[in-house]
Amino acid sequence: MSETTKQAPSPADVAQRARPKPPTDPTSAAPAPVVEAVEVTGAQALVLALEAVGADTVFGIPGGAILPAYDPMLDSNKVRHILVRHEQGAGHAAEGYASATGKVGVCMATSGPGATNLVTAIADAHMDSVPMVAITGQVSSASIGSDAFQEADIRGITMPITKHNYLVTDPAKIAQAVAEAFHVASTGRPGPVLVDISKDALQATTTFSWPPPIDLPGYRPVTRPHSKQIREASRLIAAAQRPVLYVGGGVVRAHASDKLRELVELTQIPVVTTLMARGTVPDSNPLNLGMPGMHGTVAAVTGLQKSDLIIALGARFDDRVTGQLSTFAPEAKVIHADIDPAEISKNRAADVPIVGDVGEVIGDLIEQIRADQASAGPDGADGVAGVAGAGGWDYAAWRERVNGWKETFPLGWTETEDGTLSPQYVIQRIGQLTGPEGTYVAGVGQHQMWAAQFVQYERPNAWLNSGGLGTMGYAVPAAMGAKVAEPDRTVWAIDGDGCFQMTNQELATCVINNIPIKVAVINNSSLGMVRQWQTLFYNERYSNTDLQPMQQRVPDFVKLADAYGCLGLRAETPEEVDAVIKQALETNDRPVIIDFVVHRDAMVWPMVPAGVSNDKILAARHEAPVWEREE
Amino acid sequence: MSKHTLSVLVENKPGVLTRVAGLFSRRGFNIDSLAVGPTEIPEISRMTVVVEVEGSALEQVTKQLNKLIEVLKVVELDPASSVQREILLVKVRADATTRTQVIDTIQLFKAKVVDVTTDAVVIEATGTTDKLKALLDVLEPFGIKELVQSGMVAVGRGGRSITDRSLRSA
Repeated sequence: MSETTKQAPSPADVAQRARPKPPTDPTSAAPAPVVEAVEVTGAQALVLALEAVGADTVFGIPGGAILPAYDPMLDSNKVRHILVRHEQGAGHAAEGYASATGKVGVCMATSGPGATNLVTAIADAHMDSVPMVAITGQVSSASIGSDAFQEADIRGITMPITKHNYLVTDPAKIAQAVAEAFHVASTGRPGPVLVDISKDALQATTTFSWPPPIDLPGYRPVTRPHSKQIREASRLIAAAQRPVLYVGGGVVRAHASDKLRELVELTQIPVVTTLMARGTVPDSNPLNLGMPGMHGTVAAVTGLQKSDLIIALGARFDDRVTGQLSTFAPEAKVIHADIDPAEISKNRAADVPIVGDVGEVIGDLIEQIRADQASAGPDGADGVAGVAGAGGWDYAAWRERVNGWKETFPLGWTETEDGTLSPQYVIQRIGQLTGPEGTYVAGVGQHQMWAAQFVQYERPNAWLNSGGLGTMGYAVPAAMGAKVAEPDRTVWAIDGDGCFQMTNQELATCVINNIPIKVAVINNSSLGMVRQWQTLFYNERYSNTDLQPMQQRVPDFVKLADAYGCLGLRAETPEEVDAVIKQALETNDRPVIIDFVVHRDAMVWPMVPAGVSNDKILAARHEAPVWEREE
Repeated sequence: MSKHTLSVLVENKPGVLTRVAGLFSRRGFNIDSLAVGPTEIPEISRMTVVVEVEGSALEQVTKQLNKLIEVLKVVELDPASSVQREILLVKVRADATTRTQVIDTIQLFKAKVVDVTTDAVVIEATGTTDKLKALLDVLEPFGIKELVQSGMVAVGRGGRSITDRSLRSA
């Protein structure tokens, strides 16, 4: 460490000099701290900037190029750095932290392999619009491009999977890059931003002041919806006979769940909540038809298919929701509200495109509908201009129809005959015994779908998963991040045995840093979802999906838990399930791992096979719903 | 599929060309031609991109370009209301017997000879894609030894500017 570094003030010293600035904008909640210009190293500037921007937790691993930043980190009393065991874990932990709270998650890694290990988590955050800032060290600017030790062009590598990224080689630009990164990550459509900082920039001396200038002339997200579009949307809603609210993860990210519930209450329109939106409308609300898509409920899938108006709020018509696009909801007009203009009419053409923050869109829509209803008078929609044959906001007949589907085709499973454990039962009991205040984090595969189906969600941010990218290994580190963000909540990682073995080394991080998550390993000894496809589409030829061909416990998850200093439990019969879940819920001094040994032939139903029409939904194997004759 | 000319104003920062080019390739849009250069504002560069897409895909291209933080503005230039030019440098076989014939031919295209040797001339021509193609067609029989062509640059006709005042503070 150079002399300059040692003589310069520590971040804590400088932070103490910070005084609150009188708020210039009366609407802004917390005034940004102001720091007068001080001479510091680039590394100190980085830590000071993280403090000033309000980052309280950083998940990361040091290494050569980022090493200068870790020295002042040691002195910071505002930023808690959690040392993880693999950079992918740092990335997913930052995602879990962000997804549970809406705050920006932060991860940090060194150059080269440290940075490339973050790539999966960054891509994951990009697909699921998670606000995240990744800080990476880079080799010294003089060595960039020379294939130096641990050099990788992480800015180039992450260009397609970040909302924006920076390579900073000038120490004077570090604070600005951090400020801009947090601004870009958390506003508009949230997403990951990477800041790559060369080692010499971290070591050099510079001046730090806060706030730095934000210079983003090409970044102006539109948040206020256009009033003309809102009026048009209200008109279509009034005219519709069979409308469905198609709610996506944007409602979670925009903290718009309360407004959405108000809209549902006002209009009494049936709702489908996508994989990313579970909990935005409570599952206990009779208007919630559940999840649409490949493994959605028959009522949600069919509700969309037969609707005459889809009101898409922060959803993106993902292929897993629409199935074969050309046959998706053929009779429906589409109102599509999204903060990202590029999502509108990307997959399905919108009749009424609305660009804006989904919370503001819903708020304006509520006002407009109320106004239109008032001017229409008590007899219906007579007063609404241009509405021919309007239903007058009366969807009672439609509600009755969708409720019929809901009652006829409830989610369920068939118990085994040999008394072995059904994975669906395990997951349902975890949800029932933990309750709606718990946070549920899944990996990817069958257990993820069952966790989306059989846990009852009553609040947004209660359900975290890797939706867009489908990253196996997400659960344990993301649960860790969620638990750090909200230590008072019970946080379950509902994981598969395949997923768990991809990132379970973060159990060490959890034990050492007192992050008592609970992990339910839904252990079917195989890559279950792939196996399900092999069963259905590859003549039961199980190529490379058997994780336990030796019929032994390799590894023994209870022993593994013990090796990490976690509590390890196992359940193999339905009778044992409640006892181990209760024991896990009572254990809060260390992480708990439960090995739920389940039967391997359980399948996720309903299912729409990939690439076919949603009309071909199967409620269970060989069980296509028989529809009432269409009027 | 039809060709569209997009003028893209970008911040003059390192990596911005990679961002734009990468966007086209990963979203599966075909670039027909791409030209980058400075504008009257030092902080802003201008790219002229000719893409071959259908109408709905063009909207996606434009929206995706606008999502790039360093992209300031995207404007589609209609061929009828804009001036579009490419530059061509072509080395044609021409000795004492054919040189006069080559020079006579290119004068019809308002092209000029910029280098002469005993066995070849280098011709410089500017114009639309069609005009340059026509020139090359008539030069072909003499023997084209080497040719290099720029991407298209284009500017709207009339007094209005797309680098309006709002961007000058950039």
